[in-house]
Amino acid sequence: MTTETLIWLLPLPPLAAFALIVLFTNRSKALSHSIAVAAALLSWLGSMAVFIQAIGVEHLGEHPFHSVLEWLPVGDKPFEIGVLVDPLSAVTLFFVGWTVLMIFIYSVGYHNFGQPAGDHDHPGLPPHGATVHGHTVPSVEPMYSRFFAFIALFAFGMYTLVVSDNLLTLFVGWEIMGLCSYLLIGFWFAKPSARAAAIKAFMTTRVGDVFMLMGVAYLYAATGTLSFREIFFNEEVLKHLAETPALGGFLGFSAAGLIGVLLFIGTIGKSAQWPLHVWLPDAMEGPTPVSAMIHAATMVSAGVYMVIRMFPLLSAGWEEGGPLTPAMTAMAFIGALTALFAATIALAQNDIKRVLAYSTISQLGYMIAALGIGAYVAAAFHLVTHAFFKALLFLGSGSVIHGVEHGVLHTGNHKVDPQDMFNMGGLRKKMPVTFWTFLIGGFALSGFPFVTAGFWSKDEILADAFANNLPVFLVLALSALLTAFYTMRQITLTFLGEPRTKEAAHAQETPWTMTLPLVVLSVFAIGYGWVGIPEGLTGGAIPNWFHEFVAGTLPEHLPVLEFNILPMLFSIVIALTGLGCGYYVYRNVKAGDPDPLQKPLGMVYDWLKNKYYFDQLYDRIFIQPSIWVSEVFTTLWVDRGLIDGILHGVARISYSVGGILRNDFDLPVINQFIGDGSAKVVRSAGFELRKVQTGRIQQYMVAAVVFAVGALAFFLLR
Amino acid sequence: MTLLQFVFLVIAAVTLLSAALVVSSRNLVHAALWLIVSLFGVAVLYALLDAGFLAVVQVVVYIGAIAILFVLVVMLSPVAPKDNRSQVDARWWLPGVLSVLLFGGLVWMLSLWQGFTSEVPPVADANQLLVQLGSELVSPNAYVLPFELASVLLVAAMIGAIWVAWERK
Amino acid sequence: MIPLSWYLIFAAALFSIGLFGVLARKNAVAILLGVELMLNAVNVNLVAFWRYRAPNMIAGQAFAIMIFAVAAAEVAVGLSLFISIYRRRKTVVANEIDLMKW
Repeated sequence: MTTETLIWLLPLPPLAAFALIVLFTNRSKALSHSIAVAAALLSWLGSMAVFIQAIGVEHLGEHPFHSVLEWLPVGDKPFEIGVLVDPLSAVTLFFVGWTVLMIFIYSVGYHNFGQPAGDHDHPGLPPHGATVHGHTVPSVEPMYSRFFAFIALFAFGMYTLVVSDNLLTLFVGWEIMGLCSYLLIGFWFAKPSARAAAIKAFMTTRVGDVFMLMGVAYLYAATGTLSFREIFFNEEVLKHLAETPALGGFLGFSAAGLIGVLLFIGTIGKSAQWPLHVWLPDAMEGPTPVSAMIHAATMVSAGVYMVIRMFPLLSAGWEEGGPLTPAMTAMAFIGALTALFAATIALAQNDIKRVLAYSTISQLGYMIAALGIGAYVAAAFHLVTHAFFKALLFLGSGSVIHGVEHGVLHTGNHKVDPQDMFNMGGLRKKMPVTFWTFLIGGFALSGFPFVTAGFWSKDEILADAFANNLPVFLVLALSALLTAFYTMRQITLTFLGEPRTKEAAHAQETPWTMTLPLVVLSVFAIGYGWVGIPEGLTGGAIPNWFHEFVAGTLPEHLPVLEFNILPMLFSIVIALTGLGCGYYVYRNVKAGDPDPLQKPLGMVYDWLKNKYYFDQLYDRIFIQPSIWVSEVFTTLWVDRGLIDGILHGVARISYSVGGILRNDFDLPVINQFIGDGSAKVVRSAGFELRKVQTGRIQQYMVAAVVFAVGALAFFLLR
Repeated sequence: MTLLQFVFLVIAAVTLLSAALVVSSRNLVHAALWLIVSLFGVAVLYALLDAGFLAVVQVVVYIGAIAILFVLVVMLSPVAPKDNRSQVDARWWLPGVLSVLLFGGLVWMLSLWQGFTSEVPPVADANQLLVQLGSELVSPNAYVLPFELASVLLVAAMIGAIWVAWERK
Repeated sequence: MIPLSWYLIFAAALFSIGLFGVLARKNAVAILLGVELMLNAVNVNLVAFWRYRAPNMIAGQAFAIMIFAVAAAEVAVGLSLFISIYRRRKTVVANEIDLMKW
């Protein structure tokens, strides 16, 4: 089997698993998860094989694995679809393969496989626990098979997106994931909050997707192709796009600029950038593996992956050191803003998953900002490392919640929120594996120097920003400080100190299916950074493999940034300060204490706690007006007043006209003479004629032949 | 009268005679057997028309499959009456008159056509005809679509026949 | 040589005989036999016209082959229908099958 064939086959096992589970095995929980995990394993094996092949090829960027099929004949040339693995998709495939597989395994434990069915569980609600020998124990998820079907479809969407060689199949994968995220966020659909969150996520990302589709259509109209390589490796096309003014001279953009901005809006929706970030924290309503799927391995990464992919187009007309293109300016601005903005919100959240959600938004902002200032490789590097450590953190938080839920079932006090960090504390002794892996993930997120992967990737972004764009650097550095702070706050509140509730004291380590993925991912959360250590630091002793490999994706090779010790020192100081402050502030929060930040920050804290009131703002400016328009304007005024009024008037007039016609014309003339008279004629004719219908086939045929002979005679004797 | 004409006349006479017996025998088994004779005569005419392949297909498909199917159904299933009552409708004269009229009308109409008495043109290479037929039947520019449709039709007919004739307990 | 007219007259005769069978026979199987004769007459016409008028276009023979396929399908379905009808109504006499009667 050639590598190309293997790449074509990569997305198929999850799709097959989806079909099999939905159609055949949904009654058997064990069979369903076996199929799903086996499919993930197959795709993982394939991805690793492709990855190993890919790193063995010299100059993979110039000779990628590429294979094309004709798909649809449209216009005068067929539309082609194909698969492409170049360095960027190779590294993406690597982390997608690992995280997807780990999440699949983790889901088995998370949904309490092997536990008895719950006493009062019913589909659409999280399991409430079952009573066995007088003890309450966790119960298995009632819609277990359905969950695996959905995440398998989700994995299919991601693999399709990564291996596709053109924007259209990328968009197909993108939308499959959008659908799956809707289904999975609303997985517990009997909870009103989950329903609302699912709809919110779907609608918000839809805003971005519509713009993205417009960008795709415009790109196709302008170039006649959507294939990445035909566009990006074609100087003329890019130059043409960069120099043609946009459709209708829109804001003075070039065509490339307008397409880039439209595509970037798609990413804003998908990767939850400001101002379309509101859906992502609410998406925490889904089961935790879903959060990890959406926020680490797949969907939000897909948004960033897409802009990294489209970088040659976004930067068409830009030269190293020159002024940024409109699309890049937008990205740098929105990315940096989002990074800071989300980091501040994360400071004041108490829900362990919500903190991570905002931290995800913030880290994605990092990548977007990095891309905006032209730090292509740094953005890709952070994408990969972030995927690993954020998947680790989400799965770890799921493990924590699971452990505390165990305590809740033990005490039977269901008022305790198992996701609130202020109800935890001291979990390090109860859940050692979760603690150590979470610590690794948290340190990677805050950029703990030298050991963790997050340090190297974040440092690369900061170094690039320091060299190219000082304002962006300052914003990103500040948010890095906040990141370290809230991460340490989370770790301290959750794991350190003493248990603040009885539930936390009775927490229990989760089964191996959940801890194994944590351990595997923490290996990458540490080790993956070492492939991208700047050569300047080690004097070239360790080659910066990642930069060399991924930079080859672009037709022109980006130069390696000259090493500067200053930003690295900066990030070391920032990370350590943030971590230290976080520990210091939260080290002995007692049960029932308010957040120590609440007093000094005052009103600002309330703002942060309420996410700058963005939900309320959107409610006021979008949702309330549209409800008002539909309820008052359209229903009451237009519908009831105007249209109904006209209709009533017309009805009254017609009613009286109808009365006259009925009594003076219809009854005597039409009914009695024409109506009844003709009916009588037809009826008697029918009675006579129906004798022809004997039901005997041969008589019918005789009649047919008589007419045929008659017609023949007519033409002959004419 | 050449030999070919003589052969034609003999074959045509045999074919028409056996066709007449097909539509008039009282015993359906006999009718089916006469059908075989008649079909065989048509096969010979195909051969006279330089359509050797069709002659073979006529024998294999029509006689070998269709006519034998008739014989089997008539002999093995109860659809054929066992007595020797007349198998022709009491009012047979009306179809008879119609058939004669149609025959007369067709011949008259054809005789008005100038090509009615055309002589046979030579063919360059009679062997080539079969090759041409074969390649055109499966060529996308010619008859591959009707050809495939015919195969779909046969499958559908087969499934339908089994379904309809299935004896449900 | 044999002129085209002989074939055409022969085919017209065969067709008319078949038609008589279709119209006059009582038994449904016999009607089907008549249909077979008519189809054969058509085939003879097709092949004769091909040979005499357009020997270079293979259309005549190709359509004759299609008719073979159609005839085979028709016989299979027709006979199975008769068997099925016989099971329900104990007859295949065409005049007695008058479910479509008014």
